[in-house]
Amino acid sequence: MHESIWGKFVRFYLPLAVFIIFLLFPFYWMVNTSFKPMKELYNLKLNPFYVHNPTLDNIRVLFFETIFLRWMYNTFFVAILSTAVSLGTSLLAAYAIQRLKFKTSGPTGLAIFFGYLIPPTILFIPLATIIFKLKLWDSLWSLVLTYPTFLIPFCTWLLMGYFKSIPKEMEECAMIDGASRLRVFWSIIIPLSLPGIFSAGIFAFTLSWNEFLYALSFISTTESKTVPIGLVTELVRGDVYHWGPLMTGALLASLPVALVYSFFVEHYVAGLTGALKE
Amino acid sequence: MSPAQSTTEKGGWPQPQLAFSRLLENRTLLGFLLVIPAEAILLIFLAYPFVLGLWLGFTDTLVGGEGEYIGFDNYVSLLQDSTFWLVTYNTFFYTIVAVILKAILGFALAIVLNRDFKTKGLIRAIILLPWIIPTALSAIVFWWLYDSTFSAISWSLIKMGLINYRIDFLGDPNNARWSLIVANVWRGIPFFTIGLLAGLQTINPTLYEAAAIDGAGSWSKFRRITLPMVVPLLAVVTTFSTIWTFGDFQLVWVITKGGPANATHLFGTLSFQRAIPGGHFGEGAAISNFILPILVVCVLISFKYLRRED
Repeated sequence: MHESIWGKFVRFYLPLAVFIIFLLFPFYWMVNTSFKPMKELYNLKLNPFYVHNPTLDNIRVLFFETIFLRWMYNTFFVAILSTAVSLGTSLLAAYAIQRLKFKTSGPTGLAIFFGYLIPPTILFIPLATIIFKLKLWDSLWSLVLTYPTFLIPFCTWLLMGYFKSIPKEMEECAMIDGASRLRVFWSIIIPLSLPGIFSAGIFAFTLSWNEFLYALSFISTTESKTVPIGLVTELVRGDVYHWGPLMTGALLASLPVALVYSFFVEHYVAGLTGALKE
Repeated sequence: MSPAQSTTEKGGWPQPQLAFSRLLENRTLLGFLLVIPAEAILLIFLAYPFVLGLWLGFTDTLVGGEGEYIGFDNYVSLLQDSTFWLVTYNTFFYTIVAVILKAILGFALAIVLNRDFKTKGLIRAIILLPWIIPTALSAIVFWWLYDSTFSAISWSLIKMGLINYRIDFLGDPNNARWSLIVANVWRGIPFFTIGLLAGLQTINPTLYEAAAIDGAGSWSKFRRITLPMVVPLLAVVTTFSTIWTFGDFQLVWVITKGGPANATHLFGTLSFQRAIPGGHFGEGAAISNFILPILVVCVLISFKYLRRED
């Protein structure tokens, strides 16, 4: 069936354009504000959609008048460590649940899935008391230990889906040839599921980079804050909003995630749809 | 052939090692061992706090201290607190409106995208951006866009001659509620779109062709083919989104902090305010426990549909 140009315009180009403008506008605004000098931000006579006198002053304020780079480092530290912990433990757990089919593997898989659905809003208060007792209050380690609570369920669920797609026969052949279970896991399952491990890893990294509530609750010293918390709490003092540096900070802090994302888009889409289908 | 047999065939290994590696071939034992690290973390930092949260709701625990059991006192005082009732209304209003809008718009975009075109990959990548970028950071942009004096939205509408005053986005209770809903919908559309697109792509095009031969119009094709085929996936995506929206925190905390006059406080932000800056852990825990009933209902629904997909 052939579609007329007009039909295609009404059914495809027009709605697509409206959606894309709506979804991208805040990012345009982030970039736009980042390069505006203070004077221009507060001048109502100028057209705000255009940068009249571009400046890099906001970056200077961010780098030299706040400890933005320290916040970035903190966020990296927590994201890398919690991703590594979650990925390692999830790999083992997902293999055991999906492939060994031990007695309680079904309920264990469901329990882990259930864990993914518990929102942090329910957990942060009891977690705060635990972190307090462990003397991890105001330490980045409190985040390294608590982020796996939402990363492990997600990674395990995702990896179970990948393991399922690897033919059982490959494992059985290797075992007939005398390979042990662990050897099969290491030399066959892991290499074959690298794309899945990749998806899980970048998803975990993004999720920990984005985390907000735990970092806001457990960390109070300026030096220990993660990027989202640092920006929101340190660049707004009383009624003074530093919109320029705030937008620049938001832009720069989004970059690592945006970069990881742009390189591995297919893994993201596969990961998201894979997680839903399982 | 059983795995245990296969190792015995190798032979020639020292006895203790053989015994150990034989043990590792036992599915139950190996399975148990492999699950331990993940389970340990989840038990200590997920299951235990989950139960502890229920208990804290029945205590008068303050920050950093031990609390006494006080029965239902927290819940009784909350139910007599008009702020709590306002927050309950806010949470339901926010969740119901935002989830419905996300589902409709996300589904619409998925249908628009469900065709072949050259830049499909690129467009899909762009669409997922709001969901990928840290919510707290995009929330800062909305906060700036909603500024009472320097909002670009007000500026544009005034220039177009549609309004002659600056919209007080975050100062008026109803405006603030809708402003937050728009920000939440903006962030949530991609999840629905990408999720549902995966479902739409599994529908066999011959079904539509057959329906077209039988004289079905677009609406009846949508109702009789598209909708029934994606309902299981739609249910899963919607329940996930409902849980996240009902337990939302960051968008609200960054943009309005619950104001003006508690008009945008949700269970999540109110419990944070009472517990962390306020120091009342027991009361805070009681508030966040009100999220549980919705969570249980959503979990049961998603289980039903996830099981069916197997």
